[in-house]
Amino acid sequence: MFEFCEDPSALETARWFACYLTNGVHFRFYQSFLTVLLLLAITAPVALVFGFAGAMASRSHVAPLRWIGKTYTAMVRGVPDIAFFLFFVIALDQALEWLAHQAACPDWTDPIRQGANFIVCDAAKIPQSNAPQWVHEAYNFSIAVFTFAIVFGAFAANVLFGAMRAVPRAQLETGEAYGMTRRQTFWRILVPQMWIYALPGLSNLWMILIKATPLLFLLGVEDIVYWARELGGSRTSQYQYPHPDWRLWYFLGLLVFYLGMTRISEILLGRLTRRLSRGQATMAGEDQRKAVA
Amino acid sequence: MSCLQTIQDYGLRSLGYGERLLPRGDITLCEQFTLIGSGMIWNVYFGALALMSGFFFAVALAVAKNSRPWITRKPAEWFIFIFRGSPLFIQFFLAYETFVLLPRVGIDINLGFAEITAETRWFARAWLGALIVLFLNTSAYAAEIFYGALRSVPKGDLEAADAYGLTGWTRFRRVVFPTTMRLAWPSYTNEAIFLFHATTLVYFSGFPAFQQKGDALYYAQYFADRTFNPFIPYPIVAGYFVILTLCIIMLFGMINARLNRHLPSETRSKLRYRPNLIR
Repeated sequence: MFEFCEDPSALETARWFACYLTNGVHFRFYQSFLTVLLLLAITAPVALVFGFAGAMASRSHVAPLRWIGKTYTAMVRGVPDIAFFLFFVIALDQALEWLAHQAACPDWTDPIRQGANFIVCDAAKIPQSNAPQWVHEAYNFSIAVFTFAIVFGAFAANVLFGAMRAVPRAQLETGEAYGMTRRQTFWRILVPQMWIYALPGLSNLWMILIKATPLLFLLGVEDIVYWARELGGSRTSQYQYPHPDWRLWYFLGLLVFYLGMTRISEILLGRLTRRLSRGQATMAGEDQRKAVA
Repeated sequence: MSCLQTIQDYGLRSLGYGERLLPRGDITLCEQFTLIGSGMIWNVYFGALALMSGFFFAVALAVAKNSRPWITRKPAEWFIFIFRGSPLFIQFFLAYETFVLLPRVGIDINLGFAEITAETRWFARAWLGALIVLFLNTSAYAAEIFYGALRSVPKGDLEAADAYGLTGWTRFRRVVFPTTMRLAWPSYTNEAIFLFHATTLVYFSGFPAFQQKGDALYYAQYFADRTFNPFIPYPIVAGYFVILTLCIIMLFGMINARLNRHLPSETRSKLRYRPNLIR
């Protein structure tokens, strides 16, 4: 990075740190922060879509659809989320390989589950064993994102289902009185109004999603926890930048990062709540109306 | 090998008694049930102890956060913000790295009948180190719940206390505290459930499982890795946790009924378990 970094052992402290913090591996560490942000940016909308679909299914008049919706939302009750994370990653991986196996090798006769082994034909391996490293990483990451989306989608479905029921019944009856169909009342009356009721739950969920991101580490993605452990471990003098065990300081850095994230989110969500309360038939909306008048 | 034999061998495996080697090769359903159930001992241990000790600290924190003097209010606010604002996972890592750095010394404690040596390396073991983290974490979450309840004690209750001439500690003990508990109890039940779920993180964070003495999820992952079949061990864990959750709801429901025993039965607030939400 800097020219004076040629021989780190001869540098004084400030310059040594300038070199140390800008070496190659540290850039991968900084990139992993982007991985976390990317995960949040993808998971949040996908989970919201899953949640919306789940809540809609739970309200459905078609019984099987309702059962699916109810099961999906009930799935997360009473069971630690981390169990789901560990479970889905293997289950999804095996499901995909099984499907690929059925498609790619229809004349394979051996059973797939042989005792303690899960064997599919070579063509069905996902990703292919000769695929480049980045494909493996991208595959791991997308499985992780999908797992997060399923689990948090179930939480979101719970919140949205409650919010849909919280919209005053009179509003829907007004829609019906105007001759709207069930579908029209849903999309034109219920959905625009439900967000303010869903927001406390959803913002809580967002905070929890932020705090769940270190679990990426458990799913085999090289995230910030992985790099903090990797870089913080003590380095002997064989390395270019020898230092004792600094993991404590790296984890303190992560702690500060997460505290900053939650603080910023709190402020932004506070603003969003005020914005969504505008013109609503709630106490906050009423207060805003009075303040203007 | 019969199932009874398996229970004898592995029933207390998580505490280090019984068979030393974990099952390998052909793994029976009975072995999975027994060993995962044995791991649940740790989940219950962590959850119950952290909850019971955290309760008192949480009340103290809530009162401190509600107090006027800067010197008590600010530390409580910061403590709650730090522990609620950061992932439990990172807290475990951080605590472990800190505890490992502690100087290794032993302190002799004379209990009168026996002398034990308290060693600082105990802090780096899950049974003490992780318990401390969980204790601090649940205190922060519960303190926020109690603080919210403290703020919403009805004005009439306080005025009634004033009218009776109650002040200071008596007023807190007789009026403010019981009402706070009544208001906070449903949310506190949820917090208790989340705490038990959070105990599964212990052996997946910094704290290593010595001699494969782990919790329920630790053994479930062991089986999933051995058999490449996640569809048996994880549902078993899920089943155990559903049972545990139901027990917690029942226990807290009984306390809730006791707290509200003076109210007519229709107006009593029913415990409603609002699920989800880990930290």
